[in-house]
Amino acid sequence: MDAFGGPIWSMAVSPCGSQLLVGCEDGSVKLFQITPDKIQFERNFDRQKSRILSLSWHPSGTHIAAGSIDYISVFDVKSGSAVHKMLVDRQYMGVSKRKCIIWGVAFLSDGTVISVDSAGKVQFWDSATGTLVKNHLIANADVQSIAVSDQEDSFVVGTAEGTVFHFQLVSVTSNSSEKQWVRTKPFQHHTHDVRAVAHSPTALISGGTDTHLVIRPLMEKVEVKNYDAALRKITFPHRRLISCSKKRHLLLFQFAHHLELWRLGSTVATGKNGDTLPLSKDADHLLHLKTKGPENIICSCISPCGSWIAYSTTSRFFLYRLNYEHDNISLQRVSKMPAFLRSALQILFSEDSTKLFVASNQGSLHIIRLLEGSFKHLHTLQPQSVESMCLLAVSPDGNWLAASGTSAGVHVYNIKHLKLHCTVPAYNFPVTALAIAPNTNNLVIAHSDQQVFEYSIPDKQYTEWSRTIQKQGFHYLWLQRDTPITHISFHPKRPMHILLHDAYMFCIIDKSLPLPNDKTLLYNPLPPTNESDVIRRRTAHAFKISKIYKPLLFMDLLDERTLVAVERPLDDIIAQLPPPIKKKKFGT
Amino acid sequence: MVEEESVRVVRCGGSELNFRRAVFSADSKYIFCVSGDFVKVHSTATEECVHILQGHRNLVTGIQLNPNNHLQLYSCSFDGTVKLWDYVDGILIKTFVVGLKLHALFTLPSAEDSVFVIINKEKPDVFQLVSVKLPKSSSQEIEAKELSFVLDYINQSPKCIAFGNEGEYVAAVRDFYLSVYFFKKKTTSRFTLSSSRNKKHAKNNFTCVACHPKEDCIATGHKDGKIRLWRNFDDDKKYTYTCLHWHHDMVMDLAFSVTGTSLLSGGRESVLVEWRDATEKNKEFLPRLGATIEHISVSPAGDLFCTSHSDNKIIVIHRNLEASAVIQGLVKDSNIFTGLMVDPRTKALVLNGKPGHLQFYSLQHDKQLYNLDIIQQEYINDYGLIQIELTKAAFGCYGNWLATVEQRQEKETELELQMKLWMYNKKTQGFVLNTKVNMPHEDHITALCFCNAEKFENPTLVTSSKDGHFKVWILTDDSDIYKKAVGWTCDFVGSYHKYQATNCCFSEDGSLLAVSFEEIVTIWDSETWELKCTFCQRAGKIRHLCFGRLTCSKYLLGATENGILCCWNLLSCALEWSAKLNVRVMEPDPNSENIAAISRSSVGSDCKYTPYFDNTSKSLTKIFFLTSLI
Repeated sequence: MDAFGGPIWSMAVSPCGSQLLVGCEDGSVKLFQITPDKIQFERNFDRQKSRILSLSWHPSGTHIAAGSIDYISVFDVKSGSAVHKMLVDRQYMGVSKRKCIIWGVAFLSDGTVISVDSAGKVQFWDSATGTLVKNHLIANADVQSIAVSDQEDSFVVGTAEGTVFHFQLVSVTSNSSEKQWVRTKPFQHHTHDVRAVAHSPTALISGGTDTHLVIRPLMEKVEVKNYDAALRKITFPHRRLISCSKKRHLLLFQFAHHLELWRLGSTVATGKNGDTLPLSKDADHLLHLKTKGPENIICSCISPCGSWIAYSTTSRFFLYRLNYEHDNISLQRVSKMPAFLRSALQILFSEDSTKLFVASNQGSLHIIRLLEGSFKHLHTLQPQSVESMCLLAVSPDGNWLAASGTSAGVHVYNIKHLKLHCTVPAYNFPVTALAIAPNTNNLVIAHSDQQVFEYSIPDKQYTEWSRTIQKQGFHYLWLQRDTPITHISFHPKRPMHILLHDAYMFCIIDKSLPLPNDKTLLYNPLPPTNESDVIRRRTAHAFKISKIYKPLLFMDLLDERTLVAVERPLDDIIAQLPPPIKKKKFGT
Repeated sequence: MVEEESVRVVRCGGSELNFRRAVFSADSKYIFCVSGDFVKVHSTATEECVHILQGHRNLVTGIQLNPNNHLQLYSCSFDGTVKLWDYVDGILIKTFVVGLKLHALFTLPSAEDSVFVIINKEKPDVFQLVSVKLPKSSSQEIEAKELSFVLDYINQSPKCIAFGNEGEYVAAVRDFYLSVYFFKKKTTSRFTLSSSRNKKHAKNNFTCVACHPKEDCIATGHKDGKIRLWRNFDDDKKYTYTCLHWHHDMVMDLAFSVTGTSLLSGGRESVLVEWRDATEKNKEFLPRLGATIEHISVSPAGDLFCTSHSDNKIIVIHRNLEASAVIQGLVKDSNIFTGLMVDPRTKALVLNGKPGHLQFYSLQHDKQLYNLDIIQQEYINDYGLIQIELTKAAFGCYGNWLATVEQRQEKETELELQMKLWMYNKKTQGFVLNTKVNMPHEDHITALCFCNAEKFENPTLVTSSKDGHFKVWILTDDSDIYKKAVGWTCDFVGSYHKYQATNCCFSEDGSLLAVSFEEIVTIWDSETWELKCTFCQRAGKIRHLCFGRLTCSKYLLGATENGILCCWNLLSCALEWSAKLNVRVMEPDPNSENIAAISRSSVGSDCKYTPYFDNTSKSLTKIFFLTSLI
């Protein structure tokens, strides 16, 4: 729906959750009523001169603060009129800048308004009198974001210089009740603008232009100093962005606003282990598919036969048919999508490319049969719970479909009978990857706490190997890895092997070998050739880990002897970023 | 013969003023500073010394105003006493005998009848902060033996102890931890920084501490130049700190202003930094203070600051960061290459002062007269930088001429030498550069001497060098058509068998020049520059040479490196006598025939210098031992 105020720059939900504020380009603040079925316009507030860039509710819901250009307005929600207009100093280190943009405001329950602005200031205002209480100049560039803790005893701001500052409310003296806001620690974990910050009860979370999400735990709030108390830096989404057509050696890359289809190159040369072989045929960029409109792509998939591509944005679902005529390919969009196929969280093709599985954001699973250039809706599996599925796995024989949501257990459906077969017992941590092994129909599940389970679908129970490893426990280094497993696959000829990878390593689990305990070396380098077979056999354990490729986005077997790995070097991402703000190392 | 009683050591000054923080009087009219065994009272307006509080028998280690009577001053000393002074009249009121070596003194308004001192009890480097109860008594000298222990294992320096919130707690720093002792709760909290084993946090040792006067906030200075502001330190878990970072080198001292709105810090950068509202972006600077800031103190009235510097100087600074007065003591550089000289005109002591300068220090008034900039180049203070050094200086012609030699040696083969000759200008009452000689010799200059005889109207200077030559420089008319300008030129170059020239000396009447070439002494006629005779004793390289004076002018004394003192008769050209004495310094008395020789006594491990007076008669005179260094 349209707010009829031009571009919307800011939004804020009321503390009780029933009202929504939007700040518009034309300087209007509009109040909307949120009802279970729709959002309804309620009222306009006093119109301001320039765009409203930030909004914050007083925790009681009676007043709001709106940050505009050069000033902050405080509105009474009942009357809708501006109570105070607090002008912000344009001065910037003695130099008058053109405009001072209020990037963020926070309204505290004691009536204090905290503002952050483009002049590098963090300011404390008394909303009752409309006066400036305290001013902290913290940066030479913009302060772009602010987040306050629930207790209102600490807040965090992010600057365009990549620094995150922590402010704390501390008592002035130990025996008085007077408290003051003090800037305590700066954290420099970003190279570029910190556009967004969040304050959880135990950590400060920041993210920005440099594509990293940084979780910095607050040491004084952490009870035990274990691995959870360590700083986390997340660079890549914890999901698969690449799909592969094994038959035609195609890779489909999912970007924010486009898809790219590449045909892998090949070689006829042979060489020793570790050699880089020359390509006899270069990789081909076959297709560059742009989305229509501004929406981001949520998920995408290419069928194993390579003749179908499906992707979904937040509001639309697209299906394409690819025709290969010698070296030319033609793309044909399948029109007349059914209305229920609006938005999908996950798309999957069956192994023989005859069926398409779509996990919709409504929680249902659609099964569609694909024919030459057309499709037919077969069935809709209704969800067992309200949460929607975001991970799918289908067995190679096409009989079983496993689906997992964000928190509840994994559901396994029988596709032939189109009904629920069983549910894997619920586990506390979300699933990050799912796969069903060929022949045995064992479901392998990786969780975000780095645990891996193997569940036999026909037997409806965990396998013996899974029970053993749960009893013995994983190696502590395995559990301390930073990134979750995003893809699991199997070797068709070696049923004892499970292939899995995260962003920094690739691992083959050989179920026939003994499990490592905490004393054994987990990351074993390639065994030296002069060592005898006996020693090699004695030190060998089930986890064979390679860290050659990082950051690793995708790895899968193309055929029995070929493995494809997709690396995304961080330097390539950084090279595409705008240059960071230059800072002098010395001098003042 | 010199009688034993006639030598008496009088301490006339030159002590360290920067040993401890200076203290302001309550009305900011006076500033107190420790000065050896004394406490000096200076006026902040005129810089003049108003009183010298004498009475301690050892180094004064701490001074504080009496918090209950701001016209009185407490001082403590290594002699184990705490003394109370009336500084307006300069009278000693009371002496409290503690009996232990006291390292620092602190007073608190809340603790009326006690003071805090730092002592070391058992081991040499274990220091304790104790409170001393000062008993009330009418007698002049009172025993104060009632000590109560406060903190153990603290740093010796008083900069590492600070009392906060009107004496509710005391903060102490040492190595990598800050400990806070709360007097009411009687508990100690300790906060440790990760030590230097971790490379990222290298050098975050604590160096100094200061407490906010109004709030519960402790500022600590660190070796890497950071300042940390600690808050919430009454909670072991919730404590938090902020970092302020400007200094690139160790923070030497910190002080809060009286209201606590600003924090002052200083270090080797010689810049006083004022952090306003304890924010990183809001800071003011007072740069170019000349030398490392050792201490910072703030007047109780809040209108003045002062900084003590490593060059023995106290600068009084106005609240708006303008230096208003400088109290300069004797600058003690680590190397005094020039030795001690007396300016014949002002009778001031002249020696190396600030880097590149000669200082003129009045012994009568115990104050610096002025600094003469010899090198005339910006001094850049950085570790490992090879500086130009002023190595030799000599006065000639009753103080009309001054010769200086400066050198800089980066590598073994790259020596930069420069000799400068300065003429005294009566109009400006100062020395003006007259002649600059680049590379006067090929190698280090070992000695420099003027001919000071009255009959020589033409000033003559002789330089001897390791390159085997000695050069005679005379003042001549410069090539000026008005014949007004004068300059120095080389007149004669002498050498002896390519030996290194080690020293040179003119006789009293100026007729003879003695130049020592390693083990051989050569005597030259100063009119014709003819070699007259040589003395060779083969007793080691000659280090010092000195002609006798008045009735003893027929003698020449020479001291060798391996501890032999020889006396030659110039008339007979033979050795008169010799003695075993390891002479360090040898100087003739200008008013008598005595020559003072100072030797290093070989007895005992600590170096004792023995002044040895000799009137060149055959009998050796008495040897005086002095316990302290001269």
